[in-house]
Order: sequence, then C-alpha cells, then structure tokens
Amino acid sequence: MLLAVGSVAVMGVTLGVLLGAAARYLAVEGNPLEAELQSLLPGSQCGQCGFVGCAQAAAALAKGEAPVTLCPPGGKAVAEKLAAKLGVTVDLSEHEEKGPHTAFINEALCIGCLRCIQECSTDAIVGANKQMHTVISEACHGCEKCFKICPTEAIVMRPVLVSVGTWHWQKPMPEHATQH
Amino acid sequence: MKLFPIRGGIHPAYRKQATAEKAIVALLPLPARLYLPLQQHMGAAAEALVQPGDRVKKGQLLGRGVGPVSAAVHAPTSGRIAQVAELTAPHPSGLPQLTIVLEPDGQDEWAELAPPIADPFAADPKAIKERVAQAGIVGMGGATFPSSVKLDLGTRLKLEILLLNGAECEPYLTCDDRVMREHPSEVIDGARIMAHALGAPRIVIAIERNKPQALDAMRLAASAFPAIEVVDVPVQYPMGSERHLTQAITGQETPARKLTADLGVVVHNVATARAVHHAVRFGRPLLSRVVTVSGGAVKEPKNVEAPLGTPVADLIDFCGGLSETPKRLVSGGPMMGQPLPSSEVPVVKGTSGILALTTAEANERPTQPCIRCGTCVTICPCGLVPVEMAAHIRKDDLDGAAAWGVMDCVSCGSCSYICPSYIPLVHYFNYAKGRITAQDRERRKQDEVKRLAEARAARLEKQAQAKREAAARKAQAESPAP
Ligand code: SF4
Ligand code: SF4
Repeated sequence: MLLAVGSVAVMGVTLGVLLGAAARYLAVEGNPLEAELQSLLPGSQCGQCGFVGCAQAAAALAKGEAPVTLCPPGGKAVAEKLAAKLGVTVDLSEHEEKGPHTAFINEALCIGCLRCIQECSTDAIVGANKQMHTVISEACHGCEKCFKICPTEAIVMRPVLVSVGTWHWQKPMPEHATQH
Repeated sequence: MKLFPIRGGIHPAYRKQATAEKAIVALLPLPARLYLPLQQHMGAAAEALVQPGDRVKKGQLLGRGVGPVSAAVHAPTSGRIAQVAELTAPHPSGLPQLTIVLEPDGQDEWAELAPPIADPFAADPKAIKERVAQAGIVGMGGATFPSSVKLDLGTRLKLEILLLNGAECEPYLTCDDRVMREHPSEVIDGARIMAHALGAPRIVIAIERNKPQALDAMRLAASAFPAIEVVDVPVQYPMGSERHLTQAITGQETPARKLTADLGVVVHNVATARAVHHAVRFGRPLLSRVVTVSGGAVKEPKNVEAPLGTPVADLIDFCGGLSETPKRLVSGGPMMGQPLPSSEVPVVKGTSGILALTTAEANERPTQPCIRCGTCVTICPCGLVPVEMAAHIRKDDLDGAAAWGVMDCVSCGSCSYICPSYIPLVHYFNYAKGRITAQDRERRKQDEVKRLAEARAARLEKQAQAKREAAARKAQAESPAP
C-alpha cells in the first residue's frame, strides 16, 4: 500500500518537474496554429480576403472568425488544405472556382500614371512615369488591386488559358468508372 | 549476352504483319501545305524566324530553339510561308499551337547546308552535340526529348553504354524495324557518332526477337565494330520503355525520379541514330521521318517517309484512304499513343505511327466493377498496384495515389489492357499525374509570388527607414544646438 502510494508520488513529482522544464525550454513563440495556417496561404498580401495581409487572415482563421474559403487567389486547393489543417469539413462542390487570371494592360489606354505600380504587391508591373506599363504575367498572381485602381480602366483581368503544355487529361467519366 | 528478366508485362496482339514487309516509300506527291508546329518536342517552343510571304529553301532554319531544352524547326522543302498562326496541334487536347504553314513550290531546292563533319570520331564531342542541336533532332521513338541535351549527359555522368532502342514493342508499328532492315549502316554509323559524343565505350543494340530480319541486318552491319553488340530481347510489352530495356540489359532497376544515365546507360532510338548520321555526315537537318500508317480502317497500310508537317489526311490518302470511319485515330502505337483530334493535324518529329483503328480493334467496352482479381498488380512492369491507385484517384485523393507511387507509373497501359472489367486504369493515372504536375507548377508560382511580395515589403520598409532617418537628421540640423 505504502509502496504504491510512494511510487505514484515519486512519479508525479518527476513528471511534474519534467513537464515544467519542457514548458520552459520548449516554449513556442506565438500561436503555432496561426503560423501553420499562414504557411498555407499564398503570402502575397493581396488583401482580397478583407484582412490587411495573410498573417491577419491566418489569425482570424485560427480563432474561427473567418471561413476557410476566404482566400480568392488560393482557390479550392487552399480552402481544402485549410479545412484539413483546422479539421473542419467544408463542402466545396458549390465553391465556384474562378480559375487563375492575370492582369493585362491595354496599352492604348494607359497614361503612365504609376498608380498600379505602387499598388502591386509582387512588383509584377513595369513602366515609368508617363510611359506605358506592362504586366509580367509570371509574377502576377491575379489579386486585382491594379485592376481596381486604374483611373482609365486600362487594366483587364484575363483568364490564364490552358495550353498544349499545361493541359492534362480529365478524370475518367463516372460511367466509365463504376464503383469498386 | 546475358539478359535479365523484367517484371510483369503483357503480350498484346502484335498485328505488325500489315506493314512489316512493306518497304519504306517516300511520300509523293508533296502535300499542298505543310504544317510545322514550333513545338514538336519536350521543352520550350521554338521561336519563329520567318514571316508570311517569305520564300524559304529546303533545310532552311524556320524556328530557333529557345533556352536550354528546345529544338530547331526547318523547312522540309522549298516554298513560300503562307501563315504563322495558332492552329490545331496534333495533341489529344485539340488545342491550338503556333504553327508555320509552308506552301511547297515543287522545286525542292536545297538551302546551303552546314558542312559535313569530316571525321566525327576525331571531332570534339561538343561539335557533334552542336550539330545535333542545329539539326533539330529529338527522340524519335515518341518521347521527343531534344537529343543534343541527352547527348550532353556524358559531361556530367560517367557513361558505360549507349543503348540503342530497336525493341519497337508497340503493336502495329514497324517503322523502326524497316529503318533497321533498310538502312542498317546509317543507324550503326549514327550510333557510333553518338557513343563518341557521350563518351560511352560500349554500344548495345536491343531488338525484340520478333524482328529476325532486322537483327540479321544490324548484326551484319555491326560485325566490323567490336564495341557494338546486337542483342535479341524477349518479346514482352513494354520492353521498349527506357527503364525496362536498361533493366533487361544491365539487370539494374532505375530508381524512381532518377535517369537511366545514373546507371551509366543512355538510351536512344534507332531512328534518332539515323538522323544523327544524316546531320553529321551530310549537314542535313531533320526534315522527314518514317511513319507506319496502319490499322484496320486503312486500305493499304504502308511505311512512309513523310516530310514533317504532312497532314495526316494526306498520309492516309496516300495509303489508299479509309475503308470505314475509324473508331479511334491514334498517333503512335495503340498502347501508349495519343488520340488525334482530327486528320487535319500534321505529322511531327515524334509521330512514329498513324493508326486508324476499327471498332473491333479499339475494343472499347463499358466498365464493370473491379472484381479484385489482382491481374493489374501482377502485370504492372513498374511494380505498382494500379487497383489501389485508381481507387484513391476516384475519391479525389491524389496524395493517397502519390503515396502509392502514381508518379512512377510510365503510362504503359498494360493494366488497362489486361483488366477484365475494362476499367480505364491508365486514364486515371494520366489524369492524376497531370493534376499533380499542375499543382506543383502552381506551388512554384506561389512560392515565387511570396518571395516577390516579401522582397517588396523589405524594400518599402528600407525606404521608410531612410526617410525617417533623413527627417531626423533634418530636425537635428534645424534645432539650435544646445
Ligand atoms: S500504366 Fe502504369 S500502373 Fe498501369 S501497368 Fe503501366 S506502369 Fe503499371
Ligand atoms: S485487373 Fe481490373 S478487375 Fe482486376 S484488380 Fe485490377 S482493376 Fe480490379
């Protein structure tokens, strides 16, 4: 009896000390969930979700204050990953994916005002004062910030077309794919 | 030579008899228009150097390769450039692709060609690689990887064997068989030049046993060269897959996501060797290729040496036309070939065959539930478990399929062929591989966007900092000294 009480007491004390030490030495800065969520977001700080940047969006997600479908450029793929990380289920069958778009500047309308350049968070627009601007489509992630600010509506968002190089087979049709 | 067994595989009906005894004929007359896509190869598309209205001569460079992995495009005959436009690609998607349209003038007048390399075996390997690149040669077995890039592997790796692939394990196709029978010395010469460029001391030429005449012809032509060994390999689909042929010859399995070159073996197709011979000995770029035109719906199946850019419809007309509307029109072999969107698309560098298959040959049947027979597992030459991978893909679990190794599938189609329930297994894998590759591309772009955004944020911060400091200095200068 005494032995049992003693050994449990000893175990309790040792484990308590261990846990205490672990809490002190292995402490994690900030909220780990937030950091993990942030790493899943595109990180382009485009602000389309309504938050200032991806970090704030991740914080809101961690608190459950924002839906996993908040990120338009991330699309379905990001929503799925966020849902998996947060352990929530989300029905994405209705989630309309817009498909990737990139900005395109109509050179005839561009007055070279520089506003879009200041707006772009990935430096995807090149041009100088009173000179025509162009978008480097590889760097454009389709956040639409430039599209919204252009005073002459010279910027249009164009869908990224599938080419022979990026095309792939579709999933076999359901009638060809009967259940196992 | 001791051969090593390869795993699994199947023995489809070979149906090569329709064209095996048909000697190669040149396509006559020349089509009214040749359609030359700027991308007939893996890698980046070539860049057009001509404009509509330009007159060009045979062998003239029309499109220049761009970047490290690309290939040049040349004029297969003399004539006038009618158009440079987005036209339907010879690709299952049927999407448009930038294409140069050439109207032959019937003169077939040659441009000035690069001079022959007099003694290629004394030449710098670099000169040979350059010549192969200039000639626009790509892997002609169907993979269409630029050959000059593949010949460069010797600079990075220690190579033992140039393995010349004459297996031609796809049913119907006999173009490589005919090339080996009719031009064995050209193939051997090209192989020796390539081995020199690679720095590979040995050449092994592997031919499936069902081609005894090709074996004889190649053995005879190779008899003068002790470094060359002509080997008859068992008839077993997919023996002609690079990895499997290497395994049959060396006994070593190429690890996933590695190249056969990591085992010291570089594989080239026999038709590619012939093209290298032409480029090095005569300065001739790749202008035509031998195509097997076959299938039950073709009236007179043939092997045709067709100028690149020949419309498939012209090729079929040259072979007597169609006896019935084909169920499937395929470019390449029936196992790994790709369906063509129409017969209006051209023959390109990788077109080994044009097959017009009848309903009976296509053998498409409604899918039935999997009976868990395990046959697909037994025959998969890559040791994969098709039934499991397909189950994951059906549930949209691509990560699960990847964990089962779907990216290691070579799309040989054996599993689909053998499945008693007609489950389109390889279609699932092609879809999954395409989706996963697209996701990777997307991820790379996202990383790049993130990097750019961070760089910009850092720059803005630095500017703000500089401004603050300047303001502070100014304030200090203006305030009277204490
Ligand atoms: S298609 Fe892929 S999974 Fe099917 S047998 Fe061939 S390698 Fe195996
Ligand atoms: S061969 Fe077809 S039926 Fe048999 S286990 Fe594989 S998928 Fe199922």
